[in-house]
Amino acid sequence: MAEKKKINLSRVPMLKQKAEVRKGNFYQVALGYTEEQAMEEAHRCLQCKKPLCKAGCPVGVDIPEFIKALQDTDMPEAVKILKRKNSLPGICGRVCPQETQCELKCVLAKKEAPIAIGRLERYVADWEQTHLESIEKQNKRVEAKGKKVAIVGSGPAGLTCAAVLIQRGFNVTILEALHTAGGVLIYGIPEFRLPKEIVQNEIDYVKSLGVEIQLDHVIGKIATVDELLENNYDAVFLAPGAGAPMFLNIPGENLSNVYSANEFLTRINLMKAYLFPEYDTPISIGRKVAVIGGGNVAMDASRCALRLGAEEVYIIYRRSKLEMPARAEERENAEEEGIIFKYLTNPTRFFGDEQGKVTTMECIEMKLGEPDDSGRRRPITKPGTEFSIDVDVVIIALGNKPNPIIPSSTKGLELTRRGTIKTDELTGRTSKDRVWCGGDMATGAATVISAMGAGKRAANDIDTFFQK
Amino acid sequence: MYQLVAKENLAPNFSILKIEAPEVARKVQPGQFAIIRTDEKGERIPLTITDWDINEGTVTVIFLDVGRTTHKLTQLQAGDSLINFVGPLGMPTEINNFGRVVCAGGCYGIGSILPEVRALKEKGNEVIAIIEARHKSLLYWQNRLEQFSDRVIVTTGDGSYGYKGWAPDQIKEMLEGGVKLDRVFAHGCTFMMMLCSEATKPFGVKTIVSLNPIMVDGTGMCGACRVSINGETKFACVDGPNFDGHEVDWDLLMHRQHSYLDEEKESL
Ligand SMILES: Cc1cc2nc3c(=O)[nH]c(=O)nc-3n(C[C@H](O)[C@H](O)[C@H](O)COP(=O)(O)OP(=O)(O)OC[C@H]3O[C@@H](n4cnc5c(N)ncnc54)[C@H](O)[C@@H]3O)c2cc1C
Ligand SMILES: Cc1cc2nc3c(=O)[nH]c(=O)nc-3n(C[C@H](O)[C@H](O)[C@H](O)COP(=O)(O)OP(=O)(O)OC[C@H]3O[C@@H](n4cnc5c(N)ncnc54)[C@H](O)[C@@H]3O)c2cc1C
Ligand code: FES
Repeated sequence: MAEKKKINLSRVPMLKQKAEVRKGNFYQVALGYTEEQAMEEAHRCLQCKKPLCKAGCPVGVDIPEFIKALQDTDMPEAVKILKRKNSLPGICGRVCPQETQCELKCVLAKKEAPIAIGRLERYVADWEQTHLESIEKQNKRVEAKGKKVAIVGSGPAGLTCAAVLIQRGFNVTILEALHTAGGVLIYGIPEFRLPKEIVQNEIDYVKSLGVEIQLDHVIGKIATVDELLENNYDAVFLAPGAGAPMFLNIPGENLSNVYSANEFLTRINLMKAYLFPEYDTPISIGRKVAVIGGGNVAMDASRCALRLGAEEVYIIYRRSKLEMPARAEERENAEEEGIIFKYLTNPTRFFGDEQGKVTTMECIEMKLGEPDDSGRRRPITKPGTEFSIDVDVVIIALGNKPNPIIPSSTKGLELTRRGTIKTDELTGRTSKDRVWCGGDMATGAATVISAMGAGKRAANDIDTFFQK
Repeated sequence: MYQLVAKENLAPNFSILKIEAPEVARKVQPGQFAIIRTDEKGERIPLTITDWDINEGTVTVIFLDVGRTTHKLTQLQAGDSLINFVGPLGMPTEINNFGRVVCAGGCYGIGSILPEVRALKEKGNEVIAIIEARHKSLLYWQNRLEQFSDRVIVTTGDGSYGYKGWAPDQIKEMLEGGVKLDRVFAHGCTFMMMLCSEATKPFGVKTIVSLNPIMVDGTGMCGACRVSINGETKFACVDGPNFDGHEVDWDLLMHRQHSYLDEEKESL
């Protein structure tokens, strides 16, 4: 059976909706592997004795093991192995930057193309959703510990921490500010990259383990962290993300129809403004839309605008293509769909009409200078190169910084210079007794998988802490 | 789900809702608001918390029927539920012993100023409440305000009750007549709060207004509620909603409030 055969160096491609079609709908862009494709790709895996891929995974998924199960067509086993380390595989398979993590480390990456680990992960997770009954429940509850943990925020950090703790016998309650759980996975990342049904399934799974989720609870307002500790809970894990949008601070930025990406995406994803007036929340779409920024958030916002019917959508980025922080795959998807990229360009001010709605954006050309703190070359303005673009809607996608509600309402919580909560990376401990933190609030805006990793490490440390 | 314990019509197009929300009732302070959503397809809209009862575990809001969501709210009856009720949000109003203060309320502000009136009185201020309406039929809660203040002055735009004119006129008259005011608070429509601020500005009387920009999350996540205060951008939901009226960019606020006028008309 195990006969040596020549390895196929190129990975099995994954079907995508055609750009012409998908730019008019919110359905998933990447369609996932079929069974044959998944098997073919799985069989490319060399099952290295010393797998490097695993070390590239922030949560240490047993990658070769789950792929082995796939090779053996033992799907329930593949699910089990995957979920041992990653409680949200359907999400990670879709949005993790595998190209800079596990797949970067794969030995085949040096040959030609690494194993498509993300696509296989997605395949296994999606299989599970359609075969739920054939998975034996892993959640045999261990003995209750009689300890209660409050988790603030239901993004990937909070959900992961909750899933681990409940399976160790803790009583776990998630307190979430919004009316739907899921954090950025629900209100930020659009349907065509991450269907909300998948996020909802993962949340339902966490709930099925016995985690209670209380929505409409803004911690710092309805109760402070100190009150949680005094009244009800033995420990608190803070996972409120880095949800405060940054702006450019240039004239005209508060004109109507100038949105933060958070607002634009929230109106669409969380409030379903694209179904207005069936749903009550409106949104301005516009004919010409400019998105400022070069990360995943900017890609998502621009592609949403296009799908809502904008005719011309620009991405305005102050550095060049090379420095762009968005995943290459998403940038290419955006390019294929017809988003117009203006590199080395920065807005300087906005002008509006008599109703205060934005009409024009003045920009200036940039060039690249010496590398800055981030290691990327610093953009410098080229005086005298100002020019104008007509716009109806502007979306500012510069990233997010920590929301001050929790830091400012909690006693004795040390912060960093950037306003994040000072957190020990290995344990998630903060400067405050019985308070842990993880995810974007600890690191600044990062990734889904790093938030999950932090949630898991904090859960382990909380468990250890109470064993004493 | 958050049950409506009581619902009443206060005046034409004005309703009052009493909602079961014990945790919010325990924490709320004057000047704070809540965000509500009526149903799965509903919008999140902010409403000031106008009263609360810790023992009963309820909070009260008063609203004017102006559009889609407030219209849905008007249709609800006691026993019905709201799908979401989040609060208390925003920073509480600074309450101190200032001396002699005016609390001006118009529109829904006649109700939403009550917590400030009560707290200021408790702190030992001399509290003068001034309320305004276009016509006497649109007035409510005069009695309740009288209960917690030293004096209530009523004005109507058409002179059908009390003084003819508006709350800002009364403030101006007092100040011009040499009455010393130590602080003014104003709640209501944007235009009224602006006029109150204009009335006090020449006399240097600090005026705190409760701004009402369009909001989405109410937690500082989206920036929809951006206002310009003394040239600096602030998020009304987390930095406010109470600001110094002399520092507010009123044009910007009004423009931003009307961002969706066309869409809203289309939806009704
Ligand atoms: C548009 C967009 C696209 C992205 N694309 C990708 C991608 O492709 N791949 C990737 O890996 N990463 C991506 N990211 C980044 C990733 O989503 C985040 O790094 C990750 O979600 C952080 O997880 P978290 O659990 O720390 O916080 P979040 O996901 O931000 O969740 C925090 C939760 O806490 C709640 N909360 C906040 N304050 C309070 C409070 N006071 N009380 C109660 N609850 C509170 C919030 O409402 C929220 O639900 C993207 C981000 C955005 C915005
Ligand atoms: C902090 C805060 C506290 C508030 N407190 C109260 C309160 O106690 N009682 C009350 O009745 N209202 C209050 N408001 C205003 C209330 O939120 C709006 O009237 C409501 O959102 C309108 O929703 P709608 O769907 O019924 O109307 P829409 O269909 O959304 O709008 C109808 C009309 O109202 C205008 N409008 C929309 N939003 C606002 C707004 N935020 N302010 C002014 N005009 C607006 C629109 O431009 C439009 O002309 C408050 C607003 C804020 C920000
Ligand atoms: S309402 Fe979203 S930040 Fe204030």
